[in-house]
Amino acid sequence: MSQPSPAIPAPASARGPSDAPFYIALIVIGSLYVFLILAMLVADASFTSPKHFWQALQSREIRYAIKLSLISCSLTTLLSVWVAVPIGYLLSRFQFRGKVLLDAILDIPIVLPPLVIGLSLLILFQTPLGKAVEKVLPVTYEIPSVILAQFSVACAFAVRTLRATFEQINPRQEQVALTLGCRRSQAFWLVVFPEARRGLITAATLAWARSLGEFGPILIFSGATRMRTEVLPTSVFLELSVGNIEAAVAVSLLMVIAAVLVLVVIRVFGLEKTLGRPL
Amino acid sequence: MISVENLAVRSGPFSLNGISFDIPTGQYGFLMGKTGTGKTTILEAICGLKPVSAGHICLMGKEVTRLKPALRGIGYVPQDGALFPSMSVRDHLAFALAIRRCVPAAIEQRVRELAAMLDLEKLLPRGPRGLSGGEAQRVALGRALAGRPQVLCLDEPLSALDEETRAEMCGVLRTVRERTGVTILHVTHSLEEARKLADRIFVLKDGRICPEETQIP
Repeated sequence: MSQPSPAIPAPASARGPSDAPFYIALIVIGSLYVFLILAMLVADASFTSPKHFWQALQSREIRYAIKLSLISCSLTTLLSVWVAVPIGYLLSRFQFRGKVLLDAILDIPIVLPPLVIGLSLLILFQTPLGKAVEKVLPVTYEIPSVILAQFSVACAFAVRTLRATFEQINPRQEQVALTLGCRRSQAFWLVVFPEARRGLITAATLAWARSLGEFGPILIFSGATRMRTEVLPTSVFLELSVGNIEAAVAVSLLMVIAAVLVLVVIRVFGLEKTLGRPL
Repeated sequence: MISVENLAVRSGPFSLNGISFDIPTGQYGFLMGKTGTGKTTILEAICGLKPVSAGHICLMGKEVTRLKPALRGIGYVPQDGALFPSMSVRDHLAFALAIRRCVPAAIEQRVRELAAMLDLEKLLPRGPRGLSGGEAQRVALGRALAGRPQVLCLDEPLSALDEETRAEMCGVLRTVRERTGVTILHVTHSLEEARKLADRIFVLKDGRICPEETQIP
């Protein structure tokens, strides 16, 4: 029986100092960013008082902005999920010519500067097609423009989330359903859709949160008219522009609370389980 | 009867041509071959899940080559079972009949029959999560049999099971065959499974069914 060959010695670097500096560097760099986030929130909270908060809520304009934000964000969410389900399913299940291009196009609203989206929407509604739509339903500088501006961005996030959700569902299940007597649509509604429930809730929550924070496209496409197209980010902008910082911070805190609630919902329904890649 | 004649299937860069074999009605046929030889591709073509570029597939005397999977009258059990996570075991056994809009009493009776045959009675209210490998495969088998298919296609259903459970499942498959008279095509690379259950064995090698097809006495 032959002798085993001698082991190759460990590299010299492995015998050097401990790994502690590496871990310390990780913790210090990470902590700095976490501190920045928390410091911003604490600064917001300490800048305002319950009195300012209450005063802001008493304002007729801000109450209108809250109402419009809630209604427009909810409508945008419904629209986004309604559109994102078929697109996400198509992209996750089928191979077709131009799929890579379609995928890239769907990412455009995520990477495009918000102001450019607003400007593009404004120009679109100056084209013959846009003008034809305006004759039936006035959009620019009206409430529908708020929903359309929010939808343009929020839907892209819903598509991404739902695509990742459908990709994680075993396509074998649909194939089995087909052999059991289902049509494609039945296999989708009876087998895939119930399983995508968590992803749907995550997509809806993300779309809602994105819509709530949308400002650039709304400012350009809808304007900042009080009691008309004013949503919460517009309120912050308008209050800041007249020097009413307390009211601006109070409205910001409202949005922070909404964002925290969204975070909780996303954590409960497991964003990391439904998203294959980071947003 | 399962009859495959000069079948050609393409799956990406992989293709199979001139595949022919027959499994007479009520018999248990095995399609064997190494991993990557295309056994599953052939099974999927028979199930209607993979488009066929040439050749014919006849099931119980009916040409089904271009038919949708739903119209072929087959039961399909994939390797991983592919149970529906949002449904209970009862829902799985009822699924095929619910799709056919059978009356609830008929569905309940069929669920009870299958649960008794496959020893699933205690599992009926449970979801697929937490089922053992053998239990999950029995549920997948019950789901496939619920619509009383005349042909059953099994894609390596025992490969992920431990030895003891595999032996149990072989007993279950024997029972299913005896009680239902279904014609079975079972894809595997395990000669041991084939020896226990097969009436016929077809070996897929280098893209062809080998002439040394064996008829087990």
